Amino acid sequence: MLKLSAKMPFDDLLPLSVGTVTLSDDTPENMSIIDCPVGTEAKVSEVLKSAHGMGLPAANRTTGSAKNRCIWFGKNHLLLGPKPDDALTKIARLSDVSDGYAVLRAEGKDIEAVLARLVPLNLAQKHFKRGHTARSLIQHMHGSLTRVSDSAFQVIVFRSMAQTLVHDLERAMISVEARASLLK
Amino acid sequence: MRVICPKCGERDLKEFYYQGDVLALGRPDPDADETLWNDYLHNRDNPSGVREDLWYHEAGCSAWIVVTRNTATHEILKTELATSRKTAEEGNA
Repeated sequence: MLKLSAKMPFDDLLPLSVGTVTLSDDTPENMSIIDCPVGTEAKVSEVLKSAHGMGLPAANRTTGSAKNRCIWFGKNHLLLGPKPDDALTKIARLSDVSDGYAVLRAEGKDIEAVLARLVPLNLAQKHFKRGHTARSLIQHMHGSLTRVSDSAFQVIVFRSMAQTLVHDLERAMISVEARASLLK
Repeated sequence: MRVICPKCGERDLKEFYYQGDVLALGRPDPDADETLWNDYLHNRDNPSGVREDLWYHEAGCSAWIVVTRNTATHEILKTELATSRKTAEEGNA
């Protein structure tokens, strides 16, 4: 009988290092979209806080930490890490998107220079601080960018676009590295 | 050109999709007069000056935005969420 085996979105692609930047798979076990019915944001935030220890983030912001994060995701919010508590499903509309998105961690000294080649946003540290998030373009793809440390970003795209994301980032990493080596 | 999204802040033009005149928010009643429907479907003003458009923040927060801009100077005077305008209208009705 046919036997199917589970694969992660970046299997065979990551980790990858060029110059000072390293890409690694950061896809958590669970991902859920939290959609609040109009006017229930405060209540959902309360329930999220008691169940998972963090409130609902404001627009362009995140709450929580590495293994237990909630990020603003445009029209709704994305919960990364924990399986959503039953109390949440009673008040908000939840969709399990664990297999729907690919999450990548891009880290290194030149990460801002690499992303500057692909993203039409000012991601400089003083402008885009830890805990800031944005929905924008990565080359021609729609995606989500979050600063998770002084030298690391979390990048989320549709799972089917994982290979494209790695390709685009790798090309940008190669050009940044090539330029740096010329200036040495 | 930069467009200010009410949710995301100032963003590059290429993140947006341009829909056209804001009149899509004022769809006539299904039983409305034929002239009203004719206007809604076919007739558009083409002003030189201030007008209101619908823009979609496609590569951002997916919000529909009403942009008030001046076609003569390219100045953007105001942006607001289409949903907030709809809610205001329904509240007044």
